[in-house]
Amino acid sequence: MKKSILMSVLLAATLAACSNNAVKEKPAAPVVDSSKSSQVSQPIASAKDDVATTVPGSKNEVVVNPLKDPNNILSKRSVYFDFDKDEVKAEFRPLVEAHANYLVTNPNAKVIFQGNADARGSREYNLSLGQRRSVAVKKAVNVLGAQDKQIETISYGEEKAKECKDETCYQQDRRVDIVYENE
Amino acid sequence: MFKHKFYLILFLLLPIIAKAELTVEVVGGAAQQIPIAIVPFSVQASPTQIAQDNISNVIGADLRLSGLFRVLETRGVTSQPHTLSEVKYSDWTSIQAQALTIGTVESLPGNRLKISFRLLDVLKQSQLLAMEFNITPAQQRATAHRIADMIYEKLTGEKGVFATRITYVNKENGRYSLQVADADGFNAQTVVSSKEPLISPSWSPDGTKLAYVSFEKKKPVIFVQSLVSGQRIVLANFKGNNSAPTWSPDGTKLAIVLTYSANSQIYVINADGTGLQQISFSNGIDTEPEWSPDGASIYFTSNRGGGPQIYRMPASGGDAKRVTFEGAYNVSPHLSTDGKLMTFIKQTPAGFKVAVQDLATGQVQTLSDTSQDESPSFAPNGRMILYATSIGGKGSLAAVSVDGRVKQRLKDTGGDVREPSWGSSQN
Repeated sequence: MKKSILMSVLLAATLAACSNNAVKEKPAAPVVDSSKSSQVSQPIASAKDDVATTVPGSKNEVVVNPLKDPNNILSKRSVYFDFDKDEVKAEFRPLVEAHANYLVTNPNAKVIFQGNADARGSREYNLSLGQRRSVAVKKAVNVLGAQDKQIETISYGEEKAKECKDETCYQQDRRVDIVYENE
Repeated sequence: MFKHKFYLILFLLLPIIAKAELTVEVVGGAAQQIPIAIVPFSVQASPTQIAQDNISNVIGADLRLSGLFRVLETRGVTSQPHTLSEVKYSDWTSIQAQALTIGTVESLPGNRLKISFRLLDVLKQSQLLAMEFNITPAQQRATAHRIADMIYEKLTGEKGVFATRITYVNKENGRYSLQVADADGFNAQTVVSSKEPLISPSWSPDGTKLAYVSFEKKKPVIFVQSLVSGQRIVLANFKGNNSAPTWSPDGTKLAIVLTYSANSQIYVINADGTGLQQISFSNGIDTEPEWSPDGASIYFTSNRGGGPQIYRMPASGGDAKRVTFEGAYNVSPHLSTDGKLMTFIKQTPAGFKVAVQDLATGQVQTLSDTSQDESPSFAPNGRMILYATSIGGKGSLAAVSVDGRVKQRLKDTGGDVREPSWGSSQN
């Protein structure tokens, strides 16, 4: 048991190092590091779970799930917003485009955009604001060809917000999380 | 065109459990407080019938809470009268009391109690009020609140609010519970609890029902629950978010917010979940509807002009007029019962604060000394505003008088408290 986990970790690590497949990463995409987000899988856990799968019939070829590949932009799952704003900022364009491309090339894939707001102001207004943010991300991927039936938008408003004291902390709460079905 | 799902759920496991009770801390006070002495009531009843707090303590705490009274220490006074004939007025003028309350608690047959009280004018040496109550032992606190209301009204000319109730959401150990308590925070009872967030409780005008938003179905859905039977219905579970319910003044309808068309817009729906009708049509967020007391208008928050501001429109829909103009962020309107004042949350350089606006003149005053305020609502007599804030990193309830002079913190003993709403004087 231990051995097989070790093997798959090694295999995944090797493959991650040399694979450059699936959606091509845009050069130097200034994506905010979302490694603190609970939605993002850790590389080791991914390796143990379902990153490395052998394609039937060809022992040497392995497909890495691009959604979980830490080297792939698709593993970045949060779009961040300014206070009281729902515009998708230019710096998140590459991330949104990558997910739109994924949805277009995988028409059976389904995704939920979960909108959030920081804890300041009213809960009801923030619920609406989180919804606007999730719809803004939906519109952005719609324009690039993703279908309505693939996308659900929901809002948690400020209900998942942290207890914050400064802007750095608030900023982390103003986001849309991208969560694929069965994740 | 909208499919109505109308659920009737019998709440078999209705948990009416007393939870962590709130204790009140009064900060500041009115410039001129009425000095009142309240002699502990004499008790002639079996100890099992008597509430832990002497009725006089509850009356005193209520009056102190209003900020309009200075409750005097009576222990050092030689005479401790309980009946009119025992009153020696000079004892009370010597401690500068203007008013004096005395009373008795007596056992009656059939496990009942007789509570008698008198309010006396010390300077005029005359009786202002005298009243008797025949109650069950469980009604002692409620009776004390009614006596406090009578004293308050007699001496200030305004209706008291001590016998009213408040609702709020308590988050503790990862669970959310919607609670109803007396205005002083005692007698807290859980109406419903859930692992998922509960927000936006709203009292029906007769005080028998609460509408609220629950995330228990993994998205916001509006429920209406009877406080009498515990029965609840799903009022609105349409595609998208269902939120921000508020009752029309006649209790027949509710204004709600749906994201049926992707963007938050205001709808009106009958109290039984039928007759849905959209009344706001904008490209921005429209939310937090609030009826004017005459039922003719709906005040609401909208960011149609950029940032969130408060607007007013006819309750049947139609042109909206902007109401708030000071500052870039004004949300959560709530109107006084006379319809003259609006309280709301205003973003200021010092944070998010409770403000009040005179609707006739447009004059705005920022009231609170806290900085993360939410969810303000008027007391039924329009004198105080109850709101949620954050104190020491934890959600707490606070209240401020409409003139900003009296500030109170309602500190709980454990949970994270939010989303308060003060019930009407009828409940």
